[in-house]
Amino acid sequence: MSILVIAEHDNSSLKQATLNVVAAAKAIGGDIDVLVAGENVGAVAEAAAKAEGVNKVLVADNAAYGHFLAENLGELVAEVGKGYSHILAAAGTTGKDFMPRVAALLDVAQVSDIVRVESDDTFVRPIYAGNAIATVKASDAIKVITVRPTGFDPVAAEGGSASVEQLDVVKDAGLSSFVGEEKAQSDRPDLASAGIVISGGRGMQNGDNFKMLEQVADLMGAAVGASRAAVDAGFVPNDMQVGQTGKIVAPQLYIAVGISGAIQHLAGMSDSKVIVAINKDEEAPIFQVADYGLVADLFEAVPQLEEELKKVL
Amino acid sequence: MKVLVAVKRVIDYNVKVRVKPDNTGVDLANVKMAMNPFCEIAVEEAVRLKEKGVASEIVVVSIGPKAAQEQIRTALALGADRGIHIETDEEVQSLEAAKLLKAVVEKEEPKLVILGKQSIDSDNNQTGQMLAALTGMGQGTFASEVVVDGEKVNVTREVDGGLMTVALNLPAVVTTDLRLNEPRYASLPNIMKAKKKPLDAVSPADLGVEIAPRLSTLKVEAPAARQAGIKVADVAELVDKLKNEAKVI
Ligand SMILES: Cc1cc2nc3c(=O)[nH]c(=O)nc-3n(C[C@H](O)[C@H](O)[C@H](O)COP(=O)(O)OP(=O)(O)OC[C@H]3O[C@@H](n4cnc5c(N)ncnc54)[C@H](O)[C@@H]3O)c2cc1C
Repeated sequence: MSILVIAEHDNSSLKQATLNVVAAAKAIGGDIDVLVAGENVGAVAEAAAKAEGVNKVLVADNAAYGHFLAENLGELVAEVGKGYSHILAAAGTTGKDFMPRVAALLDVAQVSDIVRVESDDTFVRPIYAGNAIATVKASDAIKVITVRPTGFDPVAAEGGSASVEQLDVVKDAGLSSFVGEEKAQSDRPDLASAGIVISGGRGMQNGDNFKMLEQVADLMGAAVGASRAAVDAGFVPNDMQVGQTGKIVAPQLYIAVGISGAIQHLAGMSDSKVIVAINKDEEAPIFQVADYGLVADLFEAVPQLEEELKKVL
Repeated sequence: MKVLVAVKRVIDYNVKVRVKPDNTGVDLANVKMAMNPFCEIAVEEAVRLKEKGVASEIVVVSIGPKAAQEQIRTALALGADRGIHIETDEEVQSLEAAKLLKAVVEKEEPKLVILGKQSIDSDNNQTGQMLAALTGMGQGTFASEVVVDGEKVNVTREVDGGLMTVALNLPAVVTTDLRLNEPRYASLPNIMKAKKKPLDAVSPADLGVEIAPRLSTLKVEAPAARQAGIKVADVAELVDKLKNEAKVI
C-alpha cells in the first residue's frame, strides 16, 4: 500500500489539517508520501518532512499552483497519484474543490469526508448532515478520499525526517485564473482546529454585538464561530459558519450563544467534547445536546461570563 | 446563452432522518421529498441570468426515479424552459451522475452548467467538479456570486479563509453555495404553465452510460446520541462547572 497525502497549506505554512490527514493515512497503513503543491513552498515542504510517519515529500512549486486552482491541481494530482493505492486530502474547501476532479480523471469514485478507517478499502462517513453514519467499501484500484480532520488526532508535527524531492510536473489547464481574494485577518486561533470555540447566532442581533464574544474568546484563547443565520444576516463573514455546509469543529469546549440548534448547525459541532448553550428559550433544541445549559438573556449572560472568567483565568 | 441546471430529488431538509432498523439505509418510505436546497439556488441563479438577458434558455435535468419529474416540474415553474429526465431506479453515485450529465452537456452544448455544491442526503460534494473534469471545463465551486462577462464568467467562491474570485473560460461549471441568492417560490399560474412545458425522458442506456456503482454501503447506523446535560442556574455556576467538573478551562 502506498498513500499520497496532499498537503493543506497557504504557501507559507503547513496547516494542521495535514497532520490529521497523515493520521488517517497511518490508520490505512503503508508508505506515506506528501505532495506539497503551491508557489514558493520551501518552508511548507520542510515542515511536511518533519511530520511523523512521512516517508517522502514531493514538491510541485510553480505559479500554476499558487492559488490552488482546481483545474491545475486536479491534473497534477491525478498524474502524480496514479502510482498510489490511496490519495488523501483534507475535506476543506481546497480538497473538496480539486479532489473530485482527480477522481474523475482517474475514473474512480471518491469517498468524501471520512471520519474513521475500518480497513484499507472500508471507511466511515457521516451522511444526512450527520444524522446517519455510513460504512462504505470502495472497489476501485485507487481510492480517492477526503478526510474530515476532526475525525483523526493529528500526528506529531516534529520528529520525522522525510526526504524532499522536487517534481517538475507543470500542469496549467488554462481554464481558469485567479482574480482576487478577501481573507479575514484574525489573530485568534483557526476555527477548524481551535481548542475552544464560541459561536453566536441570530440572537446576537448584529455584527457589533459579536465584540462581546470576541472579548470572551480572547480571554480563553478561543476562536469565534457563527450559525448560518448570523452569516446570512451579514453579522459576520462566511468563513465563520459552523455546520453541515460550513466548518466542522470538534473542540474541547463549544459555547453556543443565541443559537437555536438546528440539525444543520449540530452537524458541525456535535462532536465537541463539552457543549455549553446560552439561550433565552428553554425549549431551544440546542439544550438537547448541551452538557451545560444556561437559560438566560445573552446580553446579560455574556458580559457576566467575561467577568467570571477574568476571576478564574 | 444556454444554461443547463442539474437538480436532485432528496429528502426534505426539515424532515427528521431516521435510520432503518436493519441498518441498510435511512427510511425514505412516506417521507416528504423535495428539491435539494442547493439545487433550488442553482435554478434561481439561472432564472436571474435569464431575467438579466444573459441566459436565453434554461434546460433543467434530473437523474432518478419517475418521481424526480416533480422536481423538474418545480424548476419549470420557477422559470426553466425545458426538462430532461434521466430515468433510473438504481442508485446513481457521483461519478455516474457526472457521466450522465456529460452526455447531456455534449448534446445540449450549454455555456454554463449550474449545480448545487452538495446534496443534503449523501453530502458528497463531488458531481459538479467531476462533470467539469470529464468535460474539460473550468469550475467555480461554492459560488456566492456569478458574473458573466463576455466569454468569461467570474465566480466568487466561499472558501475556508474568506472569499476568492476566479475567472473561468466559458463553457464552465458553477456549484452554488447558500448565499448566492434566495430562491423564489413558484406562483400558482406558473405551476400551471409548467405542466405544459416540454419534458423529455431518457434512460442511462440512451446516453451510453452504464450504472455500475464503485462504492457499496455496508451499513448505516444512527450516530451516537449525545445526552442532554444539566441546566445551570447562573454564569458563576457555569464557570465553576467548566473549571472544576469538565476541566476544559
Ligand atoms: C441546506 C441547508 C444548509 C444549512 N447549513 C447550515 C450550516 O452549515 N450551519 C448553520 O448554522 N445553519 C445551517 N442551515 C440553517 C439552519 O437550518 C438554521 O436556520 C440556522 O442554523 C439557524 O441559526 P440560529 O440558530 O442562529 O437562528 P435561530 O434559529 O433564529 O435561533 C436564534 C436563537 O437565539 C435565541 N435568542 C434570541 N435572542 C436571544 C437573547 N437575547 N438571549 C439569548 N438567546 C437569544 C433564540 O431563542 C433562538 O433559539 C442550513 C440550512 C439549510 C436548508
